[in-house]
Amino acid sequence: MNTPLLILLSVLVPLTGAGLVSQLQRLPNLRETITLLSAVVLFIINLLLYNTFPEMTSQRLVLAEPFENLPIAFRVEAYGLLFALVASGLWIVTSIYSIGYMRAHDELNQTRFYTLFAVAIACVMAIAYSDNLFTLFLFYEALTVTTYPLVTHAGTKQAKKQGRVYLVLLMGSSVAFLLPAIVLTYLQAGRLDFVAGGLLSGVLNAQWLAPLLLLYLLGIAKAGIMPLHHWLPSAMVAPTPVSALLHAVAVVKAGVFTILKVVVYVIGPDFIAGQGAHHWLVWLPMLTILVASLIAMTKDHLKERLAYSTISQLSYIVLGALAANSYGLQGASLHIAMHAFAKITLFFAAGAILVANHKTKVSELAGLGHAMPFTFAMFTIGSLSIIGLPVFGGMWSKWYLIAGAAAFDGPTFTQWAMLATLTVSSLLNIAYLLTIPVRAFFASPGIPSVHAKEAPLPCLIGMAVPAIFCIYLFFDPHWLLNLSQPTTANGLP
Amino acid sequence: MQTTVLLVVLPLLFAPLTALCRNGKLAWALTLVLMLALSTLAIHLMRDVLFGAVIHYELGGWAPPWGIEYKIDSLNALVCVIVTSIGLLSVLFAKSSVEKEISEQVTALFYACLQLCVLGMLGIALTGDIFNLFVFLEISSLSSYALIAMGRNRKALTAALEYLILGTIGATFFLLGVGMLYAASGSLNMQDIARRFADFGSMHLVSTSLAFIVIGIALKAAIFPLHSWLPKAYSQAPSVISIFLAATATKVSIYVIIRCLYQVYPVDYWSSAVLPDLLTGLGCIAIVYGSARALTQTDIRNLLAYSSVAQIGYMILGIGLMNVHGLMASFLHLFNHAIMKAALFMAAGVFFYRANTTKLSELAGLGKEMPWTTAALIIAGLSLIGMPGTVGFVSKWYLLQSAFETGVWYAVIAVLAGSVLAILYVWKMVEALYFRPAFKVAIHHVPSGSSGISRTPAGMLVSIWLLVFSCIYFGIDTRLTTTSARTAVATLSSDIHIVSGSTP
Repeated sequence: MNTPLLILLSVLVPLTGAGLVSQLQRLPNLRETITLLSAVVLFIINLLLYNTFPEMTSQRLVLAEPFENLPIAFRVEAYGLLFALVASGLWIVTSIYSIGYMRAHDELNQTRFYTLFAVAIACVMAIAYSDNLFTLFLFYEALTVTTYPLVTHAGTKQAKKQGRVYLVLLMGSSVAFLLPAIVLTYLQAGRLDFVAGGLLSGVLNAQWLAPLLLLYLLGIAKAGIMPLHHWLPSAMVAPTPVSALLHAVAVVKAGVFTILKVVVYVIGPDFIAGQGAHHWLVWLPMLTILVASLIAMTKDHLKERLAYSTISQLSYIVLGALAANSYGLQGASLHIAMHAFAKITLFFAAGAILVANHKTKVSELAGLGHAMPFTFAMFTIGSLSIIGLPVFGGMWSKWYLIAGAAAFDGPTFTQWAMLATLTVSSLLNIAYLLTIPVRAFFASPGIPSVHAKEAPLPCLIGMAVPAIFCIYLFFDPHWLLNLSQPTTANGLP
Repeated sequence: MQTTVLLVVLPLLFAPLTALCRNGKLAWALTLVLMLALSTLAIHLMRDVLFGAVIHYELGGWAPPWGIEYKIDSLNALVCVIVTSIGLLSVLFAKSSVEKEISEQVTALFYACLQLCVLGMLGIALTGDIFNLFVFLEISSLSSYALIAMGRNRKALTAALEYLILGTIGATFFLLGVGMLYAASGSLNMQDIARRFADFGSMHLVSTSLAFIVIGIALKAAIFPLHSWLPKAYSQAPSVISIFLAATATKVSIYVIIRCLYQVYPVDYWSSAVLPDLLTGLGCIAIVYGSARALTQTDIRNLLAYSSVAQIGYMILGIGLMNVHGLMASFLHLFNHAIMKAALFMAAGVFFYRANTTKLSELAGLGKEMPWTTAALIIAGLSLIGMPGTVGFVSKWYLLQSAFETGVWYAVIAVLAGSVLAILYVWKMVEALYFRPAFKVAIHHVPSGSSGISRTPAGMLVSIWLLVFSCIYFGIDTRLTTTSARTAVATLSSDIHIVSGSTP
């Protein structure tokens, strides 16, 4: 099969799924079957695309050309493939999990939920395979719009309020900062294609590099860099599967993915390193990592704590990208995958606790580990992987990130600060994540709860699969390592 | 090339016929036939001039500069297409809406007035004679005063009166300006005036005439701070008229400004003075002010009307920036804004038709009952924000590009601030429609069980969705719109040299 067709299918399959699902209000079983089926088909398509990689990277799919030199075009590329594989693979898991979660929780408007979920995945695929910044921007905005009704799903006053924060911050920042950054890039380079080594490298006047990069960092608010991070905790009012796949994997990873693409293919890591533009910009993710971790420690609401943990982890990726050397970039792209598997496990566990025992606060979890041993075991695995201990996949990304920090060629003080940030934040991870299962297993509950039980079976399966991957990826990270190197000029990694 | 004059002659023939009709349905059918014919003619005309040809038509065979000449290039062909196609869709929309809002006796007169209004606008667009332009301006204005006054509410009368007073002042200014220009040049033919500009005796008279003409048209185009008539007029007029005027009336006036500034007065003459900065500044203020006022409105139609004030600001800004991309952005926005604003006002019209109100608080929760209309409103609203993949983005893109090229930073900031405010006011509508609990007595003053009102008529849905579809289609396939805009800019700059900007 040829690559352009496969790329087109990767967008059309979830869209078709969405169309079918929206008509199946009356037949919930068939509806869920179709969701699951489209997830599986989509994953297979991405695997087929992986098979053609890296030979077929020169084939492009062009849909239209609204502006001069700005087509809506798609192409397979290493980072995109990595992102698409992770997102579509986890969509299967999330679909299984959702069946248990949404039914046990008696959620309303489930059809709307499944429909929009599939549309959001289609947007993610389009983002992953975008061949230029314009196409990426198009679907970046579309993703914001389609996920907004998922955030306000509950329809309560709080959900609406948080939904407004979500929309205004994400869309507002992209209009106010990202759009001018893109226009400036276009004016300088005359096009917006992703070019190995950087489109702007050698074109842009060096003194404008840092301001432009700052515009990009502020504009891509989906990456959750402070101070424009507040939409992510707001998005936690959404049902857990949304928080898990979209706000721990798809949407936020679309953000860091965009930053990675901008750094590698639009500006060019060598250009950044050569001009030293990143010497002060790295403080932005560094502060985010630490401040978000500290805020996470104060949060008693489990999903909010996880959200702040996500913010902090996303900035690892941004930091790796801004380190602008091969180790940092490798660590950043690896972390996209590693963090996805670990964080989705944690969110699934949080959802399972909510569904089975209606607990949302960390302080309420004391002693619950005896009733839900499986859930908390999975939670422990996820936490350990995020902390970055051996036998868990998270170790590899942290390994490369630290190597990237060590190879950072800026001021020594900044370099040490980067290393210190990574270390201290790992310790903070222990403090705010690992204390949760510890409390669940070892603290004695004030009032013993008689009715405590495990979540429905689909939820348990959903949790187990990514947790297993967390361990598996420690032993076999090679395919990820292959995909986490930028495609070079000749098309080979 | 008799097509050209048919655009003006046909409505002139149809309007009295329509006025004679006793039957409202027959009047509607006649108008629909007329609009179909006109839009076919306009598209035909557009096809002829799209790639730079210019059609000259001497009215009555009298040669210019003595006779009246019609001159059609890519720019006014685009305006004709906008006027006729929006006219066609509003007439398609009008049937049920007019039955509800306009009393049976005057329905025929209503349609006749609408035809005269279209006639006036087409005449303004086609003519190459500046006094003739004034005549058509008055035809379209007088008929629109009457149309607005037919609004269902008595407030419509005061709104129409206010528009009448301000509109007449504007027309008077324009006429005085034309008079002075004639005194200085001895000619009324635009091309003739432009060609002999260097030989004029009294330059004082010329500069005064420029000031009078610009102010007169600025009033008609509702350029900030001369916009005060617009929100009242648009929100009180019958639904169909809001749709039609919002999408076309101000566009035609903007067209006149461009035409006067580029093809009557030489660019070098006015661009050295304060005018470009004035246009840029007023455009920016209009964008921010209009968007901010839109945000505070509680009625959908008022909100949309203030948003129009802001959108006119974008077009003025594009003219004021004085480079190719800025002018292109203005042309594109003429077309793009017409599509999206017509769709939005149509949605408001459907809400009024079904729920008898356009107040946001009373429309609460209607999104569930009217999913198609609300979805149309959202898509058109996204286009207003400037979401990529919709027409709104295309014009905003060129405008930003132009602002960066000319280095007018406050214009960049105004455009971006306007877009962020647009997110807020569009989402204000969406939230009211979708997320507020349903307003129990959503349908007022309507006898219960009236089945005619319980579903949206097909004509309304078809016309809304045609517009929404074009919102997306022309956002992705921009060949037609950008080609015509590019050709128009080329025509303008070939007649008189336009400042070309390519380096920041």
